[in-house]
Amino acid sequence: MTVVESSHELGSNRGKVLRSLRSAPLGMLGLGMLVTMAALALLAPVLAPHSPTQVHFEAPFQQPLTVGFLFGTDDLGRDILSRMLYGIQVSLQVGLLSVALAVVVGVPLGLLAGFWNWLDGIISRLTDLMLAFPFLIIAVGLAAINGPSLTNVVIALGIAQVPTMIRVVRGETLRIKSTDFVTGAVAMNASGPRIMLQHVLPNCTSAIIVQATVIMPVAVIGEAMLSFLGIGVQPPTPSLGIMLADAQQYIGRSPTAAIFPGVAIAIICLGFNLFGDALRDALDPASAKK
Amino acid sequence: MGRFLLTRLWQSAVTLILASIVIFVGIRALPGDPALAMAGEEASPEQLAQIRAELGLDQSLPVQYLNYMGQILTGDLGRSTRYGTEVSAMIADTLPVTLFLSVYAILIAVIIGIGLGVLAERRKGRWPEWMANFAALIGLSVPNFWLGILAILWLAVGLGIFPASGYVEFSSDPLRSIYHLTMPAFILGASIMAVIMRQTRASMLETMQTDYVRTARAKGLPPSRILLRYGLRNSLIVVVTIVGLQLGGLISGAVITEQIFGLPGFGRLTLDAVFTRDYPVIQAAVIIVTFGYVLINLVVDILYSVINPKIRVGASS
Repeated sequence: MTVVESSHELGSNRGKVLRSLRSAPLGMLGLGMLVTMAALALLAPVLAPHSPTQVHFEAPFQQPLTVGFLFGTDDLGRDILSRMLYGIQVSLQVGLLSVALAVVVGVPLGLLAGFWNWLDGIISRLTDLMLAFPFLIIAVGLAAINGPSLTNVVIALGIAQVPTMIRVVRGETLRIKSTDFVTGAVAMNASGPRIMLQHVLPNCTSAIIVQATVIMPVAVIGEAMLSFLGIGVQPPTPSLGIMLADAQQYIGRSPTAAIFPGVAIAIICLGFNLFGDALRDALDPASAKK
Repeated sequence: MGRFLLTRLWQSAVTLILASIVIFVGIRALPGDPALAMAGEEASPEQLAQIRAELGLDQSLPVQYLNYMGQILTGDLGRSTRYGTEVSAMIADTLPVTLFLSVYAILIAVIIGIGLGVLAERRKGRWPEWMANFAALIGLSVPNFWLGILAILWLAVGLGIFPASGYVEFSSDPLRSIYHLTMPAFILGASIMAVIMRQTRASMLETMQTDYVRTARAKGLPPSRILLRYGLRNSLIVVVTIVGLQLGGLISGAVITEQIFGLPGFGRLTLDAVFTRDYPVIQAAVIIVTFGYVLINLVVDILYSVINPKIRVGASS
């Protein structure tokens, strides 16, 4: 049983990792941004002063700090603050779902490719195939087949991230496979799947978590981009990308409408990048010294 | 080198064949029956069967696939269902705009990115380094299409330095053409610029501490020579890699940049085709981007191994 215990790097280091994280001010700032944005998204129904889709034809193009409309209104008189709160919700939702997709598809494939040499070639060709389609092309194709939707966005962004997830997990698997505790498990006659799930997978966790923090901002920007282009989330669902597309139409008249949604995207992504960097340094102290 | 080249060519060929099968299956999954669309709703079953035979739709799937590939390889991309024009002609009209924009963007990103990276390394611990780090982080966190909107707001609407949109043919007025594309190219190149700057700085920091640079200094070589011959030469490998890795992002970025700045490029053509359900154009766009992307990656890999003989990517694995 000592073999199993010693194989959990993450578990035994948890205290150290948390201490290292707490002493990284930028990482904590990033975490703060993320917690704030997540809270805003979750509390959107409570916090939003108006319905995000409710139009006020009598009050279009209100400037920020107008009574009742803190961030102003858009061309149809919809409250920009309320739309942003729900837009952040959509952004984070798409980000989490596409990360989940990349993990569910990428992690098993990466494990298999790293663990069994004969599968490596096949999975490498599969990775090359997925890399041949830039995410926008996947999105365009899916929009042509199914019509644009939130589901398509999640699939396009998730699939686009699968190859890097496979590579990360494959690399970790190769590394862990050559360690003494795996050799020990083999000597104790443990079966392949058992070694993979009990010894290799738990030790890949930190690499997977770090990769997830890299994927999240890419997915959040990707969602905004596809929605901006009109092949992502469809109105009336509010999305930060759609808000920016609308705002560009009347940018001379109401410049702030084009600024606020972008700031929200930037804060989410900056949060993930800062927190992700600190997390990587905490989980892998060797990289922090570079 | 020969072995590496062969392995890499073989891998690309397999990828292209698999990708073409995926695209073919995707086309089959498109909603609507092409024969019914051509014949109209009130066509008799006999007419439908005839059109199916003409289109080759009555043959087995593998035969249909081979016919389809034959068409593509001979440059026959079909006709736009919306405009009736040859798809290949529409692409020949729009692709140069996108290529011009992309090459311009890469040039800006490489030149300014390397320049700022070297500056950040030379002035380490002082404000240029802080600025460079900050800019790199912003470049990764801010969506470039928002940057584009801000640029329009500030430089076009506010200061009126650059036009907010529009395109001038290079052949009709080269200077005005470059002028019109400058802001879009900057926006498209911004994120690549940030990555190049960050990596150039990191690679320079590493190289300048090596023993051979110390030896070169001890020999009394002028600092500028050391910088160019040793520092920058090593950074070049990094830059080629980054440009290669970012090409996929560049394609997506070009589509959105064209949309923001109203440029009549390949990306606009593709998007318009999605909105008007012009399937032949969408198919052609997907095929061209996918094939182009695989081929560009092949070239980047070969280029990479030429610059850095130590790394023959993929040959050993």
